[in-house]
Amino acid sequence: MADYISLFVKSIFIDNMIFAYFLGMCSYLAVSKNVKTANGLGVAVIAVLLITLPVNYLLNEYILKPGALAWAGFPDLDLSFLSFIFFIAVIAAIVQIVEMVVEKFLPNLYSQLGIFLPLIAVNCAILGGSLFMQERDFANVGEAATYALGSGIGWWLAIVALAAIREKLAYSHVPAPLKGLGITFITVGLMGIAFMTFMGIQL
Amino acid sequence: MANVNLKETFLNPIFKGNPISVLVLGICSSLAVTVQLKGAFVMGLSVIIVTGVSSLICSLLRNTIPNRIRIIVQLVVVAMMVILVDQVLKAYAYSVSKTLSVYIGLIITNCIVMGRIEAFALGNKPFASLLDGLGNGLGYAMILVIVAFFRELLGSGTIFGFQVIPQCLYDLGYANNGLMILPPMALVLLGCVIWIQRAIQKDLQEK
Repeated sequence: MADYISLFVKSIFIDNMIFAYFLGMCSYLAVSKNVKTANGLGVAVIAVLLITLPVNYLLNEYILKPGALAWAGFPDLDLSFLSFIFFIAVIAAIVQIVEMVVEKFLPNLYSQLGIFLPLIAVNCAILGGSLFMQERDFANVGEAATYALGSGIGWWLAIVALAAIREKLAYSHVPAPLKGLGITFITVGLMGIAFMTFMGIQL
Repeated sequence: MANVNLKETFLNPIFKGNPISVLVLGICSSLAVTVQLKGAFVMGLSVIIVTGVSSLICSLLRNTIPNRIRIIVQLVVVAMMVILVDQVLKAYAYSVSKTLSVYIGLIITNCIVMGRIEAFALGNKPFASLLDGLGNGLGYAMILVIVAFFRELLGSGTIFGFQVIPQCLYDLGYANNGLMILPPMALVLLGCVIWIQRAIQKDLQEK
């Protein structure tokens, strides 16, 4: 249990998707102009990560890893070079399914998230989560799901915080060439430095 | 669209319409690899190849792809290119491929690649699309190399792994700026690059 809590906290604060790995930057910068939409996108990212990561974990464990196909009688087969194409296909398919399910059963949520869901398929944070999962070689599905939840919450936290800062920033005097994109980058950099204070925390 | 100016197509994305500093595309994977010039250089080269070739392929296929499933087809083409690049890197430059880790795979979701295919390659001739892809890749690589140059120079005192700041300066008390090696500084430096670019090209400034 302690392992799970440690992994969870670590993936939120220390290995934060945005500040430590710059994953999902494009939508992070584009959709962080106000807190409400930022919140919507953040929640959608948590949900999609939470579904795709365990699925990709199982896929990796039973099909792609070297020797993973032993149950089918091919113990020497190594399909890991196919992992990019498998992962992205799974993500695209799941995003499509989630979109349809949400549209059918939760029309309220759909009208809020509608535009973001398709965007998420090409969000680096999702594919990045799967690739990190493959690299770190988690012991079981539980760990993969914990990692997914943690990094999703980390991403959500980062985008909501940035959106709040940008709302305030709109009233400040910024040099003209730095306005908009430039100052946003520097703000994110400073937030990243603040997040680095969590480094080295062991639970 | 029959006579696209080929030279413009190639040069525009490098300066005026730079994918990173102007269009804000593909920042995701670009910043984590800029601690050292070598990694940035290889990453830039990989992106140039992937954008160029996948634009070319999608442009050749543009009349046969049904509109409804075009995103999937594009993803497959891009993913195939990325797998090829990844395998080549693993075979010939294993140490670099280790340092770039997942970021090579993330070229698939790099918005530049998909963005250029969607915006340009699906409506233009193959050769123009190839140039457009290469130009955008170059624009991306250029920013990467600029950021990496300063981070490596100020953070480790080296360029491409060779020491450039003379030892006598260290003896006088000069110290490497350890902050430059940390990930957040890439963002601050990129902010400064954008600042300089917009100070020169006034028409890019926001409101």
